[in-house]
Amino acid sequence: MFYRETGQFKQNYAADSAVFPILQDRYGLAIILAIAFVGIPLFGNEFLLASVMIPFLILSLGAIGLNILVGYTGLLSLGSAAFMGVGAYATYKLSTIFPQVNILVWILCSGFFAAGIGALFGLPSLRIKGFYLAVATLAAQFFLQWCFVRISWLYNDNPSGAIEVPARTLFGIAITGPSATPVTRYLVVLVIVAVMTLIASNIVHGRIGRTWMAVRDMDIAAQLMGIRLLPAKLLAFAVSSFYCGVAGALMVFLWLGAAEPSAFDIRLSFVLLFMVIIGGLGSLIGSFMGAALIHIMPIAIRALPESLGLPIAAATVEHLTFLIVGGLIIFFLIVEPHGLARLWQIAKQKLRVWPFPY
Amino acid sequence: MLYNIFIDPFMQMVQMPDLLVQTLWEGLVSGVLYALIALGFVLIFKASGVFNFAQGIMVVFSALTLVGSYEKFAALGFSGPVAAFVALILAAAVMFVFAVLVERVVLRPLVNQPDIILFMATFGITYLLIGFGEMVFGGDPKQMIANELFLPSGSIDVEMLGGRVSFQKLDIAAAVIASVMIAGLAVFFQKTRIGRALRAVADSHKAALSVGISLNQIWVIVWFAAGLVALVTGIMWGARSDVSFALEVVALKALPVLVLGGFTSVPGAIVGGLIIGVGEKLGEFYWGPLLGGGIESWLAYVIALVFLLYRPQGLFGDKIIERI
Repeated sequence: MFYRETGQFKQNYAADSAVFPILQDRYGLAIILAIAFVGIPLFGNEFLLASVMIPFLILSLGAIGLNILVGYTGLLSLGSAAFMGVGAYATYKLSTIFPQVNILVWILCSGFFAAGIGALFGLPSLRIKGFYLAVATLAAQFFLQWCFVRISWLYNDNPSGAIEVPARTLFGIAITGPSATPVTRYLVVLVIVAVMTLIASNIVHGRIGRTWMAVRDMDIAAQLMGIRLLPAKLLAFAVSSFYCGVAGALMVFLWLGAAEPSAFDIRLSFVLLFMVIIGGLGSLIGSFMGAALIHIMPIAIRALPESLGLPIAAATVEHLTFLIVGGLIIFFLIVEPHGLARLWQIAKQKLRVWPFPY
Repeated sequence: MLYNIFIDPFMQMVQMPDLLVQTLWEGLVSGVLYALIALGFVLIFKASGVFNFAQGIMVVFSALTLVGSYEKFAALGFSGPVAAFVALILAAAVMFVFAVLVERVVLRPLVNQPDIILFMATFGITYLLIGFGEMVFGGDPKQMIANELFLPSGSIDVEMLGGRVSFQKLDIAAAVIASVMIAGLAVFFQKTRIGRALRAVADSHKAALSVGISLNQIWVIVWFAAGLVALVTGIMWGARSDVSFALEVVALKALPVLVLGGFTSVPGAIVGGLIIGVGEKLGEFYWGPLLGGGIESWLAYVIALVFLLYRPQGLFGDKIIERI
């Protein structure tokens, strides 16, 4: 009814191959962006901003990074948390060596360090495939995590072994450190995530993205068609690690405020993989949906008994959360193995032809 | 530097052979336990093509069921070896129910889906088991009922090679039990009717279906077998430390073992387990101090990675043939 593309004529190729060819989608996106940029900072309370939205956006960015690797290029990786760690530690080192340079520059630069390390650990991917590759990337995960613990140069010989975020400003407003308000931190994260999502969208819809998808669907066939596998796979590892690295830097500097090496342990890698698979392999919007489901759902479940006034012990709630999350993962996989993004697409398709079935 | 890496460790080995034997023995024992976990993985992967991430949590869950139900019995005034064995049977029964549930609820609706989706579903199972186990038995570490199950304790000290090497009796028992179990599984696979059916399913699902083998039944059996392997592993591992969800990490150690041996090979799991166990302990003991210690956490993966670069399908895995 209201979601109908009748009368929307495409008059040039650019309009025809746009990412959002339907007018209503563009409006929808504009509304979402308006809510994110204006509505939430104005009306959200501190809890919503600091504990829900900031982590959600950062995890989404990490999920986009992993999705580039797993969903678009078909290389299964369990080392994404370590690459996030590389980003965080690189930002920390750079910002303490050169404190006069703006922190945002270092957050974005740290992605290049993560990309370099990621490409290095991506080298075996030319020979190793599937689950074997997943286990090979675990080597990266555990090795890098060990480095974060053992190489004291990385955390400036801090006796606690943790990295602490220095206070830094942008245009005179504190954006990191204890004096930064949740609203500023949220806006900084939002801008970075929005811009990087736009870039990712352009990459995956362009020639590079097509190359990756060809490699994903069958790498030998892609090779026969003239795609050079090593550059394609390494580029996927590098871009994916770049996104993960920036997400890691954001995680420490704008969300947690301080981090120990255990913040980047294998669990985080698994959580990112959940988000990618539940959200939908090879879908950017799926990365956001997956992050929302996996991050926000447990918070909601934890808050639910309290808001209903049910007297349940905190430990029981914790166990119940595990149970429900596990159950929901299986439930969503059975309902739609291709993830929430596919469900969203099906819903849109139904809406387009509504009230007719097809 | 080069001397420290390439010569000094070997000099140490030659000079103190008793320490070398001790390290080798410890490596072998942990290798056997890794091999047991990897065996559970291989059983399920061969028969249903599922990369079962939940194997590690199955180890914890089965051990927890055993200890937890024994504690419940003890609270009712029913303790001692008899109660322990009743609890053992109960834990096995729980693993059977678990196998049936997994087949009905998870595998059947997801049949013929891509591998990664099934892999993901086993993550769901992991979370369910963690939540369920903690809710029923509580999250704090428990003592394994080793004495009640007649597992030996203490150690045997042997004077050899100019030093003293001590063997934990428990480790010897673990090695013996693991060997018996592997032998039993081998006989089961080679000689029985169900074992033949299992091998048929492992070779080809379609061909097995067309000669009248029930896939569903086979899956239940395989998951139950993997559950029993998990139970034995849980008892052994729990007796060495505590029974707690921290054991879950051990399952991650089984992954390089699996990769080394190949996902589809039972002998591979055993050989891989021993290589990883011994390599890890030797590396930690002789080369670890050079790098500041703690290299046990990643050495296994790097060993596996090096082997993989040479043989991408693992040492004993089926050769990967790619066609267009």
